[in-house]
Order: sequence, then structure tokens, then C-alpha cells
Amino acid sequence: MPPFDAEILARLQFAFTVSFHILFPTLTIGLAGFLVFFEAKYLRTHNETWLVLYRFWVKIFALTFGMGVVSGLVLSYQFGTNWSEWSRVTGPALGPLIGFEVLTAFFLEAGFLGIMLFGWQKVGPRLHFLATCLVATGTAISAFWILAANSWMQTPAGASLVNGQYVVDDWLAVIFNPSFPWRLLHMTTASYLTTALVVSGISAFYLLTGSHRDVARQAFSAGMWGVLMLAPLQIFLGDQHGLNTLEHQPIKVAAMEGNWETRGGVPFHIFAMPDQKEQRNRLEISIPYGSSLILRHDPAGIVPGLKDVAVEDQPPVGIVFWSFRVMVGLGFLFLALGLWGGWARWRGTLYDVIWLKRFAVSLTPAGFVATLAGWFVTEVGRQPYTVYGAMRTEDSFSPSVTGASVATTLVLFLIVYGGLFGAYLYYLTKLVRRGPDPLATRETEEKPEAIRGARPGLVVPAE
Amino acid sequence: METLAIISGAVIGVAILMYVVLDGFDLGVGILFPFAPDEGARNTMINSVAPVWDGNETWLILGGGGLLVFFPIAYSIALPAFYIPVMAMLFALIFRGVTFEFRHQAHTSTHLWNRSFFWGSLIAAFMQGTLLGALVQGVEVEGVRYAGGMFDWLTPFSVLTGIGVVVGYGLLGATWLIYKTEGHVQDWARSSAVVLGGGTLIAMVAVSVMTPLLRPAIADRWFGGVNILYLSPIPLLTLAFAVSLFWSIFSKRELLPFLSSIGLFVLGFAGIAISLYPNIIPPSVAVWDAVATRSSIVFALAGVAVVLPMVLLYTVYAYSVFHGKASEHGGYAHHEHE
Repeated sequence: MPPFDAEILARLQFAFTVSFHILFPTLTIGLAGFLVFFEAKYLRTHNETWLVLYRFWVKIFALTFGMGVVSGLVLSYQFGTNWSEWSRVTGPALGPLIGFEVLTAFFLEAGFLGIMLFGWQKVGPRLHFLATCLVATGTAISAFWILAANSWMQTPAGASLVNGQYVVDDWLAVIFNPSFPWRLLHMTTASYLTTALVVSGISAFYLLTGSHRDVARQAFSAGMWGVLMLAPLQIFLGDQHGLNTLEHQPIKVAAMEGNWETRGGVPFHIFAMPDQKEQRNRLEISIPYGSSLILRHDPAGIVPGLKDVAVEDQPPVGIVFWSFRVMVGLGFLFLALGLWGGWARWRGTLYDVIWLKRFAVSLTPAGFVATLAGWFVTEVGRQPYTVYGAMRTEDSFSPSVTGASVATTLVLFLIVYGGLFGAYLYYLTKLVRRGPDPLATRETEEKPEAIRGARPGLVVPAE
Repeated sequence: METLAIISGAVIGVAILMYVVLDGFDLGVGILFPFAPDEGARNTMINSVAPVWDGNETWLILGGGGLLVFFPIAYSIALPAFYIPVMAMLFALIFRGVTFEFRHQAHTSTHLWNRSFFWGSLIAAFMQGTLLGALVQGVEVEGVRYAGGMFDWLTPFSVLTGIGVVVGYGLLGATWLIYKTEGHVQDWARSSAVVLGGGTLIAMVAVSVMTPLLRPAIADRWFGGVNILYLSPIPLLTLAFAVSLFWSIFSKRELLPFLSSIGLFVLGFAGIAISLYPNIIPPSVAVWDAVATRSSIVFALAGVAVVLPMVLLYTVYAYSVFHGKASEHGGYAHHEHE
């Protein structure tokens, strides 16, 4: 037994780097949409509050986008360094999807991000708006391709293994594999919902402290509309995605439900301690027939059980079970916030209910937690496979890489990403504390052209 | 299939060359960072690359992604073989990349991000050069897997190519700054370019002398039969670009030094490609041994043919929006609202 198990370390490393990375695109995909909305509103109404909002949120966008770029680059090489067997076997099927992501999304984002951030003085307002739209489109296209690749690993289709490598015979089947449409919708909505929570939360903070009143009201209103519309949509999409998983990855659903035996009339466990060794749950608190009702819409409906497969083919049940509950629990909290906001708006007291604002502030980072929990469910639930049912994780690892190298880089990632995250939060807090900059009178009255400052929020010296 | 393999190889080659030239100059700006005359010059330097660095680095993802697309076997051999330099390069690029966003938010910690920008750029450049050298000297392969150790990449030759790339990127950075700056920053960039140009030429000569000594096959490629005649344009053109580099620096041209440096890089790259052909992982894996299946290549090449021209078009547009001299205050001014 070597001092380190290289494969376990590589799994920890990938779980850590990919979890770290996904936090940033989750915000930028949604925030890009909000920025398009703010700029469109400004161009249409010429109400400067929208411009102030744009300028404020684009700074947070830039900061977050930078983090996404550097942590994403790592992943595109980590596939090869740590998972060379996986790369060789799945490369012919997944490579082109990732290649298309680079070609159609990354270049588009990178090409127009410069104009979006620094082009205010260089291009006209319409062209600038176009740049914002293209960056937003780029983030969505990026999600499309990478989720197609991920979904293919969950529900492979359109390709067959020939001489140890996948050969694709139907690209449309590869891209639009069975779990892809629901996963794409579920994740994109997660992005927008997370962003709506961040926008409402930060605006609620300003409303509570009484700063930046008009700007904060407008953003709070927009954010709360987002939560009200997206939270119920997300619950519906999650349910559909779950039914899709039931069809294609029943053992993952068994782990989510903590259900060991395939049978009818399965309860929904609100609480349980799954014990994989004993193949049973401890301390169950359950709603009778709940699971059968949710999954089969029938109290007697059959729900798959983990014991259908050998222990070594089961995913780690506890992680999947609990991540699922964290995600669903938060989802219903988001729904509660959305409904409360809708009710307060209807009563005309949206900006006055202190506890609503406090609730919104407390949920600011919760969308990220729910998104990560959802990814834990789907990725850990796919184990022990990288390509579901076809390629095991232990066969995906790079055989020549030593445990010591993986351990060293893992420790470095922990330190470096920890430090980076600290710096990111520090500068983010700094931006939030300073808040949106009002347009200087000088800017709007004496020098109308300076509204398009070189950097949003930057008062540009006259040229 | 052989034709497809060669076309695929050419696509990867173009992606890597684009990366080397484009990110080369902005990494070079980072390498020159601590030597800049003052903090104002550093602001100008970072502003000159801030709007374009992200697009430049995307070519690196295309290179890695492209290798996975077209040559999954080469990707799965090379990355474990170069585990340590690849990881070091990635960490370095992280530190460098976040500098663009963090530095201009910073007040008291600017010097910290200056250092992060310099070391990140320097280490990334050095590791890229080392990777190149390690590839040229050859990789031990058994079947479809890497069969060597974790430190096979580290040799005097790969250290030499590492230093060569650092100096070469420095030259690209310096000549880019000649083009994008004025006044005392431009004067400083000019004198830096002279030193770095000399260094680059020395490194190119050293690598050219050592490469044929690595393997008889490479020597035979260059000197066997009448090959030297066919290949003579490479050294001759290199000489011509070297002359035009120094002439244009001394005669105070602004764009020509940058173009000449790019010319030197293109020719150096061509020289390496000629030495390696038809191997993608020398000495034993040829492009057609490692190439992906037909359906993957056709699908990907169709995408490249449609999308890449559009990418090039709007990249040119994005550059043209930011044409002209970079200023100390435009773009990322690092202290807002003073």
C-alpha cells in the first residue's frame, strides 16, 4: 500500500477544483442576463438609475468572470494530467463538445468582454449593448456545450466502444443525450436564480442600511421578480430532471431517496443516516408513501432500491442523500422568499417589510450552496462510474502519475484557491461597501459624453 | 485518414502558434513588469493588454481542447508526462490572470499584485518553454500510455528552451510596448527590446545547434540529401527578420519591431515543426497513430472551418477597437476616485 492512494487524491482534487470553478460561472451566466436587462432598460428609458446599476454590477461581473477564467483553464488541462485514461477513451466523443465550447463560447466572451468593460468611450451605446448581449450569449453557449458533455457522461448515447475508444456514429444523439435537456434547463435556471438572490440580497442590504435608496429599490424589485418567477420554475424543472434520472439512472435516485429495497409504497425520508456497510438507514423520520408519490404519482408506485446492484456499484449514499436534501430544502426557502416578496409587492410594502429584507440578505449566498449541493447529487450519484455504467472512475485515472504528485498539487490547490477566494471576497466586499457610484453632476450636465466612462464607475479625466 | 491526420495536426499547430504569439506578448509584458521605469508605466503596460489578454489565453484552451479533440492519445500521453510543468504553468497563469481584476481594486496591496503578475508571467513562460523542449527531446511511450517518470521532462535542453521562451516572450512584450506606448515608456521598451532581441537570437541559435544532436532523425531531416536546400529559406528568413528587428528598433519604427519579433517566432515554430514531423509525440508516435476517429475529426473540422474565421474576424475587430496608444488612466486605472 503506497502512502497515498493517488486515485482518491485525484478525485478529491477534481471535486475541489471543479466545485470551486462552478461558483463563478453560476454567477456570471445569470449576471450577464441581468446586465443585458439593465442596459436595455437604460437605452430604452434613459433613466440613469439603470446605468448606475449596470456600472455597479458590471464590476462584480468582471471580478467574478476573471476567477471563472483562471479556474476553468485549470480544468481543461486537469482532464489530461489526472484522468488520462478517461481522456483517451472518451476524447473522441467529448473532445469535440469541449472544442466547440472554446470556439463558439470562450472566444465570443473573451472577444467582447474587453469592449464591455473598457469600450464605453470607444464604441457607441448600441454597439456597447451588442457587446453585452454577445457576452451573455457566450456564457449561455458555454453552458450548453459543457452540460452536453457532462450529461453524456451521465447518459451516454450515440457512440460505441471500439478498441478501447468511443466511436461516435450520431453526433445529435451525443449532444442531445437523454439527460441533457433537463440538466441544461435546471442548471441555467439555477444560475439565474442564484443571481437573482445575490442581486436581491445585496440590494436589501442597502435598503436596510438606508444607502443608495433609488438604485437599491430598482435592483431589489428586479431581483425579487426574478426569485418569484424562477423559484417555482426551478422546483418544477428539478422534479422533471429527477423523473428523467429515475428513468436513466435509477440507482442514483435510490441513493437520493435513501431507499435500499425495490418496492412499492416507499416513504420519503426527511431525516435518515444511511449506513452503507449495513445496507440500511438509521434514525429514519419519514412521510409515508412520500417517495412513491413524488416519483410515480401513486402511493403504491415502485421505487428502485440500492440493493439492485452490488455494493461496489453503489454511489456513496450518504453524500447523495444529504446533498439532495440541502438542495431541495433551500429550493423551498427560495420559493418562500419569492412568494413573500410577491405578497408584499401586491400589498405595496415591498420596500418596507424589514424581515423580508433581512430574509433576502440571509439568502444572498444560498443559491451557490444549493447549486453545489445539486452538483454533488448528480456527480457523486454517478459514482463509481465516470461514464455511467460503462467506465469506472478507478479505470479513468492516469496510471503513471504518482500519489505524491497528486497530493502535492492538491495541497497547493487548497492553499492557492483558499487565498484567491479570500482575495475575491475581500475585493467583492470592498465593492459592495462602496456601493453604486452616482453619476457625478459634472458628468451628466457639463459633459454628457463622459457618461460612457472608460471604465464603468470610473470618472474619466477629460481628454 | 493520413490526410485528415495531417490537417488535424495543422489545426493544432496553428492554435498553438496563435497562442504563443498572442499570449506571448502579454506574458512578455508581465515579465518586463518589475523593470518598468515607474508605477505609471506599469499602469500603462497593464492597460495595453487588459482588453485582450483573456482572448489571447483562450488560444491555450483551444490548444489543449484541440489536442483532446484531434489527438486524444497524444493528450493522454503528454499531460501525465508533463504533469509537473503543466501544473506549475496553470498555477502561474492563475496568479497572473487574477492580477488584472485585483490590482485595480487594490490600494495598499498594489505591490503584491505587481509581484504576482511578474512571477506568474515568468513561471508560465518558463514552463511553456520547458514543455516545448521536453516534447522535442522525446517522450517514453509504451502502447498508448506514458511510460516514463515524473521528472523526465527536466533536462539541460528543456531548461535552455525554457529560458529561450522567457527571453523571446520578453522581446514580444517589449516590441508590443514600443507599438502601444510613447515617451519615456517607449524609450525604455526600445532599449529592453535591443537586449532581449540579442538574447532571443542567441537562444534560437543554441536550440538550433542542439536539436539535431538530440536524435539522428532530426539531423537527417535537416541535413540529409538535398533537404538543406529546400529548408534553407528558414534560416535565411530568420536572418532577415533579425536584421529588420534591429534596424526597425534603431530607426524608431513603432510597429515593425513587433512584426519582426512575430516573424522570428513563426520561423522558430516552423523549425520545430519540421524537426518533429510526422511525430506528435516524438520519437515514436506519429500524427496518424494518435489521431481520433474519423467521425470526431470530420465533425470538429467542420466546426473549425465555420467558426474559426468568425473568431479571427471579431478578434481583429476587438483589437481594432483598442487601437492606438495605451494610456496610464484609461482602461484599468488602478485607483478609482482619488
